[in-house]
Amino acid sequence: MSEHIDILAIESSCDETAAAVVRDGREILSNEIYTQIAMHTVYGGVVPELASRKHIEKINFVIQKALEDAGKTLEDIDAVAVTCGPGLVGALLVGVAEAKAIAWAAKKPLIGVHHIEGHISANYIEHPDLKPPYLGLIVSGGHTHLVIVKDWAEFEILGRTVDDAAGEAFDKVARAIGLGYPGGPKIDKIAKEGNPDAITFPKAKVNGSEYDFSFSGIKSAVLNYLNHAEMMHETVNPADLAASFQKAVVDVLCEHTVRAAKAHNITNVAMAGGVSANSALRAGMEKACKDAGLNLSVPSPIYCTDNAAMIGVAAFHEFEKGYRSGWDLNAVPNLKLGEHL
Amino acid sequence: MQRTLRSPENEDTALIIETNSREETYETGRKLAEQAEAGSVYALSGDLGVGKTVFTQGFARGLGITEPVTSPTFTILQSYEEGRLPLHHFDVYRIADPEEMDEIGYEECFFGDGVSLVEWAELIEELLPEETIRITIEKDPEQGFDYRRITITGAEPEL
Repeated sequence: MSEHIDILAIESSCDETAAAVVRDGREILSNEIYTQIAMHTVYGGVVPELASRKHIEKINFVIQKALEDAGKTLEDIDAVAVTCGPGLVGALLVGVAEAKAIAWAAKKPLIGVHHIEGHISANYIEHPDLKPPYLGLIVSGGHTHLVIVKDWAEFEILGRTVDDAAGEAFDKVARAIGLGYPGGPKIDKIAKEGNPDAITFPKAKVNGSEYDFSFSGIKSAVLNYLNHAEMMHETVNPADLAASFQKAVVDVLCEHTVRAAKAHNITNVAMAGGVSANSALRAGMEKACKDAGLNLSVPSPIYCTDNAAMIGVAAFHEFEKGYRSGWDLNAVPNLKLGEHL
Repeated sequence: MQRTLRSPENEDTALIIETNSREETYETGRKLAEQAEAGSVYALSGDLGVGKTVFTQGFARGLGITEPVTSPTFTILQSYEEGRLPLHHFDVYRIADPEEMDEIGYEECFFGDGVSLVEWAELIEELLPEETIRITIEKDPEQGFDYRRITITGAEPEL
């Protein structure tokens, strides 16, 4: 019997079919990711049914590979963890059904993990000193959340988007200026050649929590700017437009984060999610935190995008706190952060 | 200002509402939802940035929903139970084949007791019930930058 806790983790909430083996919530023994982004590029976004079909085709292979790379068999594993929400229902179901079957057959505990809890926990991999309480900003294609991580596996939501997620705004603006999918990396790249101060996009007003975000408004401002230019027969420099749009998004994310940290006397900030791989956001947040005397953690890009290692890390803390899921664990497309299934 | 026009040539009477601000578009959605009946399906069409989100937020408010109505682009469907009637908010932009809607469980929504609001509904035309109420939001550059024409067919609400 090993004195370590080794968790097999599965993630299939959207594009990626992923599996990992994580030791003690910190050491990544293996991390396999099969991405469907090339296939989705044809459609300009994630196509849900295609996604779940591909998950079914790839998941056994990905899990097998994760176990082999870790040098483990199911016998050696202490628990099976899986993302149970939020996400595309069909895609989530593939992972949940697989995890339940494996856990049942191998007689191991089952732990359902919230996708966003996974993202934020990705920070522990490379920042082992990070401990609650701290402020977490999760920005991805489907989510934008500003939360206080009060304790291991316990969260308080301060703000979230009231309409589109930050990454979704990147995708839609990229589509409007003909850059294609996925929008984030493409805008990041072209923006490097543009002037971020060329165009000022208005900050959207949000009724509700002072930490809520609205990205649909910024997206509409960009589209209106394009329409207006077209009407006036003016040419628009796509690089300037991308850089200015990106700056508008980065500014509001940094501003809310710093304000929330100060208001709650929190000195540690952790960023996570696919959009935190964006170079302008990383640079902007580093500067904003430095200026405000805050410590910032951001995972390496490989742990920012969807992966199963982060699910294994989050599951370790759920496991330590005694959370276990029943055999009735289901996929919950709109699962709330902090719910333990 | 809000004006109401009737379409002269169309057999199905179309209600045309002209708005000149986000607030007026929001109000149009709110008033429409206040008269929505259980089991109705609303198909919402319009280009990116035309104001579908604003209209939908007003629509949700009109049903008595107070929590933020976030984009369902990622999950295809978001349901809200807290209002006068349940709201099923679809964004089917990423649906490649109407058969994929089965997996989302659309039938329970379209033919249940709630109200369905479907963005990019033209992509699943064959699944829409005959009584679907259609809403199209359009810009018209000649009428000004904030002008929107909202055309409603399949219902005659008092707006």
